[in-house]
Amino acid sequence: MEKVIITVVGKDTVGIIARVCAYLADNNVNILDISQTITGGYFNMMMIADASGVSVSYQEFVEGLKKTGEEKGVVIRCQREEIFDSMHRI
Amino acid sequence: MIERFEVEETNEMIEHENLDVRTITMGISLFDCVTPDLSRLCDNVYRKITDSAADLVKTGNDISEEYGIPIVNKRISVSPMALIGASACRKPEDFVKLAKAMDMAAEETGVNLIGGYSALVPKGMTESDRMLMESLPQALTSTDRVCSSVNAASTKTGINMDAVRLMGHVIKEVAEASSDSHGAACMKYVLFCNAPDDNPFMAGAFHGVTEGDRVINVGVSGPGVVKRALEKVRGESFDVLCETIKKTAFKVTRVGQLVAMEASRRLDVPFGIVDLSLAPTPAVGDSVADILCEIGLESAGAPGTTAALALLNDQVKKGGVMAGSYVGGLSGAFIPESEDQGMIDAVNKGSITIEKLEAMTCVCSVGLDMVAIPGDTSEETIAGIAADEMAIGMVNGKTTAIRLIPAVGLGVGDTVSFGGLFGSAPVMKVNSFDCSAFVNRPGRIPAPIQSFRN
Repeated sequence: MEKVIITVVGKDTVGIIARVCAYLADNNVNILDISQTITGGYFNMMMIADASGVSVSYQEFVEGLKKTGEEKGVVIRCQREEIFDSMHRI
Repeated sequence: MIERFEVEETNEMIEHENLDVRTITMGISLFDCVTPDLSRLCDNVYRKITDSAADLVKTGNDISEEYGIPIVNKRISVSPMALIGASACRKPEDFVKLAKAMDMAAEETGVNLIGGYSALVPKGMTESDRMLMESLPQALTSTDRVCSSVNAASTKTGINMDAVRLMGHVIKEVAEASSDSHGAACMKYVLFCNAPDDNPFMAGAFHGVTEGDRVINVGVSGPGVVKRALEKVRGESFDVLCETIKKTAFKVTRVGQLVAMEASRRLDVPFGIVDLSLAPTPAVGDSVADILCEIGLESAGAPGTTAALALLNDQVKKGGVMAGSYVGGLSGAFIPESEDQGMIDAVNKGSITIEKLEAMTCVCSVGLDMVAIPGDTSEETIAGIAADEMAIGMVNGKTTAIRLIPAVGLGVGDTVSFGGLFGSAPVMKVNSFDCSAFVNRPGRIPAPIQSFRN
């Protein structure tokens, strides 16, 4: 399993989660966990997903994800889980 | 399962506190290139480097993209060129051809700097070592990416004063040869005592003679992250202060370790070391001097600076060592003048002098780094400053170095600008009393006794 952490930050609008989830489904990426808050009108979501079956190259997948974010006016980052694991777990 | 606050903390460090992996440096042995035919040697060097590091830049960029961590530099270090060129080079100009082959190979692979135009002369110099040193003014001004270092002293052998004196002369010549940029070519050259074989940082990186064929070394950074963490413990005791630095250094180093292992795996090159250095950049908030202020000083250079730096350096190592499987290189805090905005401000305010910087080098990981001095400083004075720095390293069993820039045409009060990561440096006042009768003595200073440590 290749776990990735996807974070979405930006002004809240209708359909952010829907758009991101649709993009993930289109690219055969399975969502494992979602948590989300809205503070002061700002949308903040963290998603753990399994990208081992991703149907395009990893680079293309991330590019497309970022573009999806731009269309909705939010910033999306996608990072492999190991960077957080290595920094925060002994 | 990773928690949201942990993800946020990591991304905050990357986005707002300048956390990055400063460099992935591939060390490449060139001993299998050696031949007495100079043009064949140049071909061999070019081919070995370009073959070995063909995927280095792409791999670095891929890792950076996938983990969301900036990897600022991809670089190469090679075996000391004075050894590689010994049988083929008959005059200094021959070495310049080797430098150009290195430069072309660096350009082809896309790395921004290549180190290893180096000589190891802590005890004595061969004719080849001497020719390489004499070639430096031409080599450093006719190439863009080549970096050079000379190891002129060690705790085991003492200080080769013949080499130190020659380097005083050569540094002046390099500065004169690049007078249109006020001696900027000098920033690609460093003179060492106790040079480490596995340093990933430029200008002093070379691939040590005891290393394997290829190796991946990674240098991490993160002064901004330490500074931000310390803002939260203002007024607390020393144990809280130290614990905070250790924890932060641990986290920063773990990222370096991850990147190093991943780069090693993808390139199929053995992992060497992680160098856990706090390497500042001219970017605001990425300064070691600012950490010293956060620890409690009005400005870097104030009384207490050496103690605060000693504490910082030690805690960075203690936190980092546990986070990495192999730690090496220069590991500690860098205190370059030009690459640290807090340091530049301290010089401009008059709170730091070259003598205080020298004292600080007793407890930090490098030496007088990227320090601009008046262009009319004599070569004997430069050799004297170098000898002092070598003595500190030799007696304390640590690495020290000098990277001085005689700012041609400029004096105290002027500022030299180097551009980009190298920053700009106010020219510092140098003690002008004469030391020529001392540095002109031939021979070397014997190795120090290692007992009776007073």
